[in-house]
Amino acid sequence: MSADFLYTIEVIINGLMAGVLYSLVALGFVLIFKASGIFNYAQGVMALFAALTLVGLQEGRVPFAHLINAMFGTKIHHFDWSLPALLAIILTVLIMILFAILVEKLILKHLVNQEPIILFMATIGLAYFMEGFGDLMWGSDVKTLNVGIPQGGSFWFEDFTIGWAAEGEKFYGMYVDLLDVWAAIIAISLVLVLTIFSQYTKSGRALRAVADDHQAALSVGISLRVIWVLVWSISGFVALVAGMMWGAKSGVQFSLSLIALKALPVLMLGGFTSIPGAIVGGLIIGAGEKLFEFFMGPLIGGATENWFAYVLALLFLVFRPQGLFGEKIIERV
Amino acid sequence: MNKENIKMMDIKNIVLRFGGVVAIQNISFDIFKGEIRAIIGPNGAGKSSMLNVINGFYHPQEGEVWFRGKKRGSMKPYQIAHQGIARTFQNIALFKGMTALDNIMTGRFTHMKKGIFSQMIWEGGASREEYENREVVEKVIDFLEIQHIRKTPVGALPYGLQKRVELGRALAAEPELLLLDEPMAGMNVEEKEDMSRYILDVNSEFETTVALIEHDMGVVMDISDRVVVMDYGKKIGDGTPDEVRNNQAVIDAYLGVSEH
Repeated sequence: MSADFLYTIEVIINGLMAGVLYSLVALGFVLIFKASGIFNYAQGVMALFAALTLVGLQEGRVPFAHLINAMFGTKIHHFDWSLPALLAIILTVLIMILFAILVEKLILKHLVNQEPIILFMATIGLAYFMEGFGDLMWGSDVKTLNVGIPQGGSFWFEDFTIGWAAEGEKFYGMYVDLLDVWAAIIAISLVLVLTIFSQYTKSGRALRAVADDHQAALSVGISLRVIWVLVWSISGFVALVAGMMWGAKSGVQFSLSLIALKALPVLMLGGFTSIPGAIVGGLIIGAGEKLFEFFMGPLIGGATENWFAYVLALLFLVFRPQGLFGEKIIERV
Repeated sequence: MNKENIKMMDIKNIVLRFGGVVAIQNISFDIFKGEIRAIIGPNGAGKSSMLNVINGFYHPQEGEVWFRGKKRGSMKPYQIAHQGIARTFQNIALFKGMTALDNIMTGRFTHMKKGIFSQMIWEGGASREEYENREVVEKVIDFLEIQHIRKTPVGALPYGLQKRVELGRALAAEPELLLLDEPMAGMNVEEKEDMSRYILDVNSEFETTVALIEHDMGVVMDISDRVVVMDYGKKIGDGTPDEVRNNQAVIDAYLGVSEH
């Protein structure tokens, strides 16, 4: 095989791996949108908040340290302990569940039967509140997150692929980041577990039922409020996983909340209502933008990754507005 | 049929308004345990509103609903479902993306008590509960003769079968009181006969009390024990099919003779 061909494959593999992370964020959007028709603008901030909380707990940081120091003139920053990664993750999950309960109690409960646009506005407010709250609670410095996921290039994969090139070609094996591989494995298991849960359990069926028809769901005894808490908890958990992966990759910082924007083109490709759509959409965007940069980037000055996804989404909006997997939009006139 | 005349539900002086529009004006009637009770009346008479009051979608401004000898406080529809009241809808309200089997399984919701954690790890009785309830659902499917469409997404089914799946979902709850909102609307004669037979069988075999709204007079008169007649939100007749048939006010309402 020629080196160029192998490089292309390498680009595709790395693109797919990056796409997995887009998919993870998009997945959180789809879960909430399906169950309650709310486009949750705060999904990206939820990922940031979850990652901040995880780091804070793990390193034993004092929450609201700046505020406390400013008010009482103290100089506290850290407790004397640090938690094992697993314990910190479990505590963060509990906090995200608490967050879901609060969202239902303080926001959703009061906005039942409102227009989707009003709920959307509420989630924008929620996003900015959480960003500020996260800042106040844990500070705005860039934090390194290490939950024990291996990082760096895989030597095994390099050695494995180095022999693929034809004799005499300059090729040193393919580079794959271990973190990306783990992210992919975790994302796939997450989707499998979610699918099984929604297919074969009472609550899973109730979740799908609420997504389909609120009145009918009520008539068989399903409480919408319980389901909403459940859905927000699950998407809080998905946000934690996404935040953990992004945080481990590039540090926990406030630009993390902007990755939510990359999930938008993913959703337009995959459709807002389809879990497989979120996955495939993320993979297409991930691989697509890397390939485009690789082939077209040098010709038009590079940095195409910033806009490629949005242009692709625009094309989809024109020719297939419901996305690849979304329900066909039929309107009776 | 059970004719002990025990009141399962007693509806007293219900008034329901939407802004200035009065949908139900001071209506009272009762439903005996084990009977088939029909509510009839011209379009816009307030029949569906009445059913929505019974199942908790609407909260009347005045009046009381007594169920099993107790006055019912303000309850959410899902709480009322847990009390043993199941219903179908006028414009089929199925979970379109789910299979017929899954739709009917949701009807078992009130009978499944295992917690979310147990469900997640599929242990601690959650799997056994799932199998036990699945058996009940299979019985319902046999009863309604819809074995062949178990795995079909209901959105793809013809209208008559969707109506039957919806009845199945309500039956799966093993309700004490079954509310049917126009179970035969839009059906052909053969489908209507099938549906009538299912309703009669449910009533006699499981002693389920049925309250139904229906437009087809022939069917209503054939299967009901007692009939309430509504017109413009008021009750204009109440009694056995024979009594109602000979009631002058009812005849006028249906022939459009009376002044309104």
